[in-house]
Amino acid sequence: MTNELQFRDPALARSLAATLARLVDEIGRPVAVMHVCGSHEQAIARFGLRSLFPKALDVIMGPGCPVCVTDVPEVDEGVVLARQGVRIVTFGDMLRVPGTVQSLADAQASGANIEVIYSPRQAIEIARETDEEVVLFATGFETTAVATAAVILDNPPKNFSVLSAHKYIPPVMEIVAEMPGSRVEGFLAAGHAAAITGSAVFEPFVERHQVPVVVAGFEPMDILAGLVELLELIRNKTPRVANMFPRCVSAEGNIPAQKQLWRVFKPVGGKWRGIAHVPNGNLRLRDEFAHVDARKRFTIDLPSLWDYAPPALAGQCICGDIMAGIRNPRDCRLFNRECVPENPVGACMVSNEGTCKIWHLYGGVPDLEATA
Amino acid sequence: MCLGVPGRVISIHDYTAVVDFWGVRKDVRLDIVDEPVVPGDYILNHVGFAIRRIAPESVAETLELYEMLLRENAGGEDDLMALDVRGEIAGAS
Ligand code: SF4
Repeated sequence: MTNELQFRDPALARSLAATLARLVDEIGRPVAVMHVCGSHEQAIARFGLRSLFPKALDVIMGPGCPVCVTDVPEVDEGVVLARQGVRIVTFGDMLRVPGTVQSLADAQASGANIEVIYSPRQAIEIARETDEEVVLFATGFETTAVATAAVILDNPPKNFSVLSAHKYIPPVMEIVAEMPGSRVEGFLAAGHAAAITGSAVFEPFVERHQVPVVVAGFEPMDILAGLVELLELIRNKTPRVANMFPRCVSAEGNIPAQKQLWRVFKPVGGKWRGIAHVPNGNLRLRDEFAHVDARKRFTIDLPSLWDYAPPALAGQCICGDIMAGIRNPRDCRLFNRECVPENPVGACMVSNEGTCKIWHLYGGVPDLEATA
Repeated sequence: MCLGVPGRVISIHDYTAVVDFWGVRKDVRLDIVDEPVVPGDYILNHVGFAIRRIAPESVAETLELYEMLLRENAGGEDDLMALDVRGEIAGAS
């Protein structure tokens, strides 16, 4: 495991950490902030950043892992389609995510045709080589949804369709900000998602909730610098959007990509696993793309799955509370016992962006104080 | 993943670029990139699509980080970031 701090510039890292400590002192009370990006959590864990954070600063990982928030019935839809004989192609992370009765990996083990892809384009290539119905079970946030939109707009073969479980980040930040008892005083937004949407997408949110949002890259220095900016905005009581990742993110974002995204998808309300119903949080195909919408093309007989009782252990999973920042994996009785990456109980233990898996792989508790 | 792996554009045909990622050449679609891209430019790849042209002045520092991740591989097979970077490179076909 990574027990050393590795920075290209340790002196700068130390001085940023000292600045963080000074800012928290000046604020004079414990401060909690939230990031909404699995890659942020990976970098924080991999580079042992938590050891540099002042005690009174709590950096919470929010619902920033798309696999973790893919809801159980969405997994069920993929499982049912696979069991109905449709060929399902999806990202590798999705295979082990538990559904009500089966994961896609379980369905595969019992004979369903499921293939792992890295890019929506591979789904198109697979569909071109067969007459069978090929369904792209598409998960991920807006950054990945634009890639799905691009293949839909590029004249896909007739046997290709999409089961969209894509999610849109900005609305879930509203949910977190409005949670009763939320301690979150500021957000660190994901740099690469903002490369598409632009940093200005967060302006209305800041306006409404009067909490600052800082767009940051996932490099250790980016994260530390982003936190310094965030704490300054909190200390000064000047909530606004700050872009600390200008080399990748502009205020308006990638406009051609946004056009394709919103031409194909519409935001609709839906449940995020463990979190809540998120208004406008799910991306679904617009009616004019019904011909590539697996939900319109097939009758997905969900109740056929639900004659079974849900697995008992799953009821104890606290992924949702972890993503809401109320608890952490150490509070889960199953963490590193019944629930491990090889045999996950909850979705947070499946994905490389899930908090539980990250904490598991980077030594259980990524708080490397001993090495600070 | 939202890592976005950088690569150098070798050639372009229609909307598809051949891009070099540390010696691995892959096709990357240019449908959604925000600026015109020419051979020699660096782009950020996400699931086989260029999501951003990297400004020339940021190329060096961007590459350096990824090189460090790939080279040091401090966490071995358990290193999620290195795994994701390698996965994105392998899968960008
Ligand atoms: S350790 Fe497993 S069961 Fe516990 S919260 Fe995490 S994913 Fe859920």
